[in-house]
Amino acid sequence: MKPPAFAYESPATLEEAVGLLARSGNAKVISGGQSLMPMLAFRLASPDLLVDLKRLKGLNDIVVGNDGVALGAKVRWCDIERDKRLQTAHPLLAEAVRHVAHYQIRNRGTVGGSLAHADPAAEMPGIAVACDAKLTIVGPKGQRIESAVDFFKGALMTSLAADEILTEVKLPAWSAARRWAFLEFARRRGDFAMAGVALHYVASGGKIEDMHIGAIGVGDTPLRLREVEAALNGRQLDDAAIENAAATARRTVHPQSDIHAPAEYRRALLATLLARALRHSAA
Amino acid sequence: MKVAFELNGKAATATVEPRTTLADCLRDELGQTGTHLACEHGVCGACTVLVNGEAVRSCLALAVQADGERVTTVEGLSSDEALSPLQAAFRKHHALQCGFCTPGFITTAHALLTQEPDADEERIREVLSGNLCRCTGYMPIVEAVLEARGAYGHKDVER
Repeated sequence: MKPPAFAYESPATLEEAVGLLARSGNAKVISGGQSLMPMLAFRLASPDLLVDLKRLKGLNDIVVGNDGVALGAKVRWCDIERDKRLQTAHPLLAEAVRHVAHYQIRNRGTVGGSLAHADPAAEMPGIAVACDAKLTIVGPKGQRIESAVDFFKGALMTSLAADEILTEVKLPAWSAARRWAFLEFARRRGDFAMAGVALHYVASGGKIEDMHIGAIGVGDTPLRLREVEAALNGRQLDDAAIENAAATARRTVHPQSDIHAPAEYRRALLATLLARALRHSAA
Repeated sequence: MKVAFELNGKAATATVEPRTTLADCLRDELGQTGTHLACEHGVCGACTVLVNGEAVRSCLALAVQADGERVTTVEGLSSDEALSPLQAAFRKHHALQCGFCTPGFITTAHALLTQEPDADEERIREVLSGNLCRCTGYMPIVEAVLEARGAYGHKDVER
């Protein structure tokens, strides 16, 4: 279908953009549009106004510092792919982004757009949750910082108010000693995953410490698997620990059945991917 | 709204509703019907064009967002005198049957080989996974793109 009718503005400053959102009350922010344009084509979104971030400066930067990696909201998947620093500064992010959609979409799709769209099967929200990312959000009253786990409220729902814009996501510092893995499964390359897992931890004296596990495609939001993390921390990564982790993951997630997969299939898939990810991370 | 951008090396202007996709603007306002539309929601890749040299789906971009940019369609990648290296390779390898998806494959492959003339078969397959073809089974398309690499500066063409 063709998109419904809307007005279009391309403001030059963030303040102007926030002002336009506040005045409209039923506006949508657009940048790459790779999530919003299909929503418009399906008429799942009918905004009165689109506010394009195209002319806004300063949202395109990837900053690698001692305190972590900061990605501006307009950083595109292809920008992340081409940034060689991220191979060491955040290998988990670099690997996850390789799975995002297709070549043409990666040339336009943005980090901020994916987070604000909040598809529970999308990679970037999963990485944000798995890495305790902090999101910078700007609104009429100024700036606020929110943790990724609190940001996602449901499928395609976030804590963003109608007059707020996500401007940056910050991933905490990564140490070279961290072990990690990202795995997802989709029927066709580039499709949304039916389930996926992102994990990272420190192996200290043969024991797991500081385990972080994020899961996508198995709930209304990207999830942190806290119970599985607790079951693994302090243990050796052996077959028994992996089997127990997989069983705990399977028991503690509650995905919906849909046309892509029944709930039980997604649970089993998550358990398998988690076990594989743990084995890959150890190797 | 009035939009102005560079289209295949020439200045182009059109007056469109904000909701008009770049694809519809190219086809309906500017007569560039080589850009094909199938799914219109970013799945099939038939509408791929180049914006500032990068392959994008023109059904997932608004015409107003192209204002001031450099747009190249499949028409801009051909000349009346001779087949382009990609066209010649597609013909040689029978990389099309009905031809509906072909403009999207040509624009995508052109962007890829311009940026990465040394792309290997795996990379080519990965990139082309964003374009659907229901006739060929993809193998002749991959072969054609592999062969066309030579014209883009690939160091070592095997065939």
